[in-house]
Parts: sequence; structure tokens; C-alpha cells
Amino acid sequence: MGGSYAIIALGYTIIYNGTNIINFAQGEFVMLGGLFMVTLTGKFGLSIFPAFLIAVAATALVGLLVERLAIHPLRNADVMSVIIVTIGMSILLRGIAMLVWGKDAYAAQHFSGDKPIEILGATILPQSFWVIGIMILVVVALQVFYRFTITGKAMLACAVNKTAARLMGVNVENMLMLSFVLSGALGAVAGIIIAPITLAKYDAGVMLGLKGFCACILGGLGSGTGAVVGGLLLGVIESLGAGLISSGYKDAIAFLILLIALFLRPQGLLPLKEMMMRQESH
Amino acid sequence: MKKTLKSDYGILIAFTALVSVVPFMLANKYYISVLIFVAINMIVAVGLNLLVCHAGQISLGHAGFYGIGAYTTAVLTTAHHCPVWVDTLIAVALAALIAWIMGTPTLKLKGHYLAVATLGLGIIMHIVFNEWEKVTGGPSGIVGIPGLSIFGRGIGSDLAYYYLFWSFALLTLLVALNLVKSRVGRAMRALHGSEVAAAAMGINVSGYKVKIFVLSAALAALAGSFYAHYVTFISPTGFGLSFSILLLTMIIVGGAESVWGAVIGSVVLTSLPEFLRGFKDYDVVIYGFILVAVVIFLPAGIIGGLRILKERIGRRGTAESA
Repeated sequence: MGGSYAIIALGYTIIYNGTNIINFAQGEFVMLGGLFMVTLTGKFGLSIFPAFLIAVAATALVGLLVERLAIHPLRNADVMSVIIVTIGMSILLRGIAMLVWGKDAYAAQHFSGDKPIEILGATILPQSFWVIGIMILVVVALQVFYRFTITGKAMLACAVNKTAARLMGVNVENMLMLSFVLSGALGAVAGIIIAPITLAKYDAGVMLGLKGFCACILGGLGSGTGAVVGGLLLGVIESLGAGLISSGYKDAIAFLILLIALFLRPQGLLPLKEMMMRQESH
Repeated sequence: MKKTLKSDYGILIAFTALVSVVPFMLANKYYISVLIFVAINMIVAVGLNLLVCHAGQISLGHAGFYGIGAYTTAVLTTAHHCPVWVDTLIAVALAALIAWIMGTPTLKLKGHYLAVATLGLGIIMHIVFNEWEKVTGGPSGIVGIPGLSIFGRGIGSDLAYYYLFWSFALLTLLVALNLVKSRVGRAMRALHGSEVAAAAMGINVSGYKVKIFVLSAALAALAGSFYAHYVTFISPTGFGLSFSILLLTMIIVGGAESVWGAVIGSVVLTSLPEFLRGFKDYDVVIYGFILVAVVIFLPAGIIGGLRILKERIGRRGTAESA
């Protein structure tokens, strides 16, 4: 679970860094990824790999549409309106998904069989390895993208200072579009790899999205490393808590941690961005 | 400033008159119960409007405070035989206390941390309503909540509830209008403009924000308590994230710049489902669409749209006379 929270959290981070807004439609990207995957593998009989690519691309396209239709027209509005528009978008996407896929929950195909593997006395679904493996892949790929490509560096520049980036010839508008495409794709990846474990349903994105957001806050909003650490930590605490307290309150644990984190350490466990900013100001 | 306050009072008196005659103009008794829910929602919406408009903060968990109000009332009156109205007072105090505990640390921070914290609280409360079966009855809820009574006489008819709840809604409106125009209101508006400038002028920024947040939570709990007394049956379904978002939608669609926006928003969005019945499952899509469209095309909500319309007509009028 932690692995997919981490990927969802990364999606929030990309948009937050690009635009300073919290994208409440992030969970809907996750849901769409899972449902696209179910349709592509089920109805169209595609095998896992091409279905994965098409589902990610389709959700990235949805991300692009969200940016073009809702975020772009509000580029001069205050942050609060933009946050509210993302809430509206999430309701809209959820409603459309309900019309297309209905209210049923779909079981997605496991990537490599659903027979649990026993390791050191613990039974683990093979899908869990896929989740962790793909999460590591995503993190490495993002690092490479941000560090070694011009586009990645330009996006980072936008995150730090939009005006300065524009002066240096970065096309800020394209970067914002790209950040929505990227986080749409990331949301889809998380949705696809988690769907075999949790089932894909039109409203599955709400909880997953909110928990990804908890992970973000836990790790420190705006920090990529924080998002990954927060996501993994949240997954572990949640499953421990579910075992120790009760599974009914499992979902509450994530939000309780969120509140505690906000009260005690609102800058997150890893205040990387702040450190970065402080260095700049010196 | 004085002039606008006077015109606000004028509108309020006209509105009160309208509210008092409406029940006699309705052909269908059913609409009275719809209007009762409008009054209940309006109490929450006006409080939330103060928070959004004058403290510049959004709450994504007001359904949680509303639920705290409803559940406190339900539990106290059914399991502990608490007299009516006393339970309402306790419910309001409890919500205010929780809001104060939450608001004090989070409102010191810059940014939208209150939205995050209230979102978390709202979801936790919803889970607690569902899971704490011993007290809340779990998913099936609590039945047999007594109705309200005044001076020992029970309120039997919908019409009596209508006048009672609308009196409270109008009173809330009056308080909010006064608050907006008072010293506190000016301080709060300064906050919305620039926190730094407001702080430099000697305004206790986080102190004001906490007060307004506590007030809005208390109003939500009051409305929740009324809801429980009126419906006499509650279950967790109505107290989830979707209701929090519906409340926020009322503020935005109505227009966050003025308290009247909350009035328009709660009237429109409480009665909208009655008109959308025919659309069945599509209503969710329509809500989402309305919210997105209003933020993009009518950033100041219906009330802002009306003002622009009025200005345009006014301009045309003067142009013609000239």
C-alpha cells in the first residue's frame, strides 16, 4: 500500500511545485488509471504491458484536459478558487466515471498470478512486489528527469520561481501543462498497480487520493523525497494500526496521523524545500 | 460604509417579510419541509461564508461539525434523557471547543493548512459515526430523537418548525451582517487583503481567524442539532465529505464576497435536488459541472453576477437618459 501512496503523493508534489495548488482531482486520476486498465485488459483483451501504457497515456490526456479546461482559465485567479475548481473537477470526473463504468467494483488482473508467496513466514501477494518495484522505478525515472533533462530542470526552475524561470526563457505555461500530464500519468500508474489488490471502482479515488495527500503532508508538502518517505511510512503505520486497533478504524489512522503531523510538525518530516529556500535567501 | 449597512438592513427586512409570507403562498405542503432544510443549511452556510470570505480560509470538514451537533443531540436525548435545548447548547459548546483546539495551532501557519486539518477531522468524524456502534448506532444510526419544544409545549407542525428555524437563520444573518461591518469585520477583511499589512496595523491575525473558525463551527453544530431534532432520525450518510463539499459549493455558487451569497447559495443548492430528481444518477455530474463553471465564468458567484448585471443595466439607463 505504502508504495502506491508514495506514487500518488508524488503526483500531488509535482502539481504543488508547479502551481502552488493542491489538486483534489489527483485521486480521480488514480481511479481512472485502474478503470482504464480493467477495460483494456478485460473488454479489449490486451495483455498487461500494452494495456498499462495505453491506460497511463489516456489518464495523462485527462490530466491535460483538466489543466486546459479548468486550471488554465484561472491562471490569474487566487489559489483558493483554483483549489475549489479541482474539487469540482474531481466530482465531475467521478460522476463521468460512474456513468461510463457504473457503480460496480471491478477486479483487475494481477500482473503475475494471485498466488501468495511465503517469505520468512509472511504471506505476500506477488502484486506487492510489483508495487514496490514500480515505485522505485518511478522515483528513479523522476530523479533522472529532473536532474539530467532540460525540460526537467526547467520544471524545477518554475517550481522555485516562476517569474525568474520565464525571464530565462522557460515556457512556464507549457511547464504547467506538463506538470498536469505527468501527475495524471503518475496517478494512473498508482491506480493500475493497486487495482488488483483493492478493486477498481468509480469512487475508489477519493480515499486513495486523500491518503496520498496525507502522505504528502506527512513528508512535507512540495518535497519529492518527503512524498516517498511519507507514503511508505503511512502504509506501514496503517497496516500496523489496523492489526493492533481495529480494521474498521484503519482509514481513520491515516487522517489522525495527518492531524498530529499538522499540529507538531507542519513543515513535514523532511523540510527539504524550506532548506532549499533558506539556502537561496542566503 | 454606513450606507451599505442600512441597505443591508433594508434587504434583511424585505427578506424577513418574504420568509414570513411564503408558507401561505405554497400550494404544496411538501415545499415547507424543503424550506426548513434551506434554513438549516443557511445557518451553516453563513458561518462558513464568514470563514471563507473574511478569514480567507476554506474548511473541507464542516459536515464533521454539523455531524458533531447532530450526534451530540441524538446521543444526549435518546440515551441520557437530556432535556431539549440543553443538548443543543452542549452540542454547540463541544463543536466550538474542538474547533478551538484544531484552529489554534493550524491557523498560526500560513497557507491552506486549515483546509487540510478540517478535511482530516471531517473524515475521522465520519468514520467514528460509522464505527463507534455502541454510541452512534453504527451505519444504521440513531432513531427516536425527540422533537423540539418551547416552554414545555412540543412543536408538532412543520409550519412551527419553519418559523422557528427561519428565526434562527435570520438571526444568524443579522449577526453576520453586523459582524462584517464591525471593527472585527474590518480587521478580518484586512486579513483577506494582506495578512502582513493587517499584522503591521496591530491586528492579531491568528486570533481573529481562530475566533471566526470557532464561530462557524458552532453555527454548524447548531444547525446539526436542529436537523436531528427535526428529522428525529440520523445516520452517518449525511455527514460525510460530500456534504462538506456541498456546503462549500453553496458559498462559491452564491458568491463568497458577501454574506448574501451564502443565502442565495443555500436556497439554490438545497432546492436544486428537487428539480434534478428527473436526472437520477446524473445529478453528481451536474453538481461538478456547476461548480467548475461558476468558478471559471462567475468567479464572484451568483451575487457577483447580479451586481455586474445591475451595473450594466444602470449604465445603459444613464446612457439612454443622456
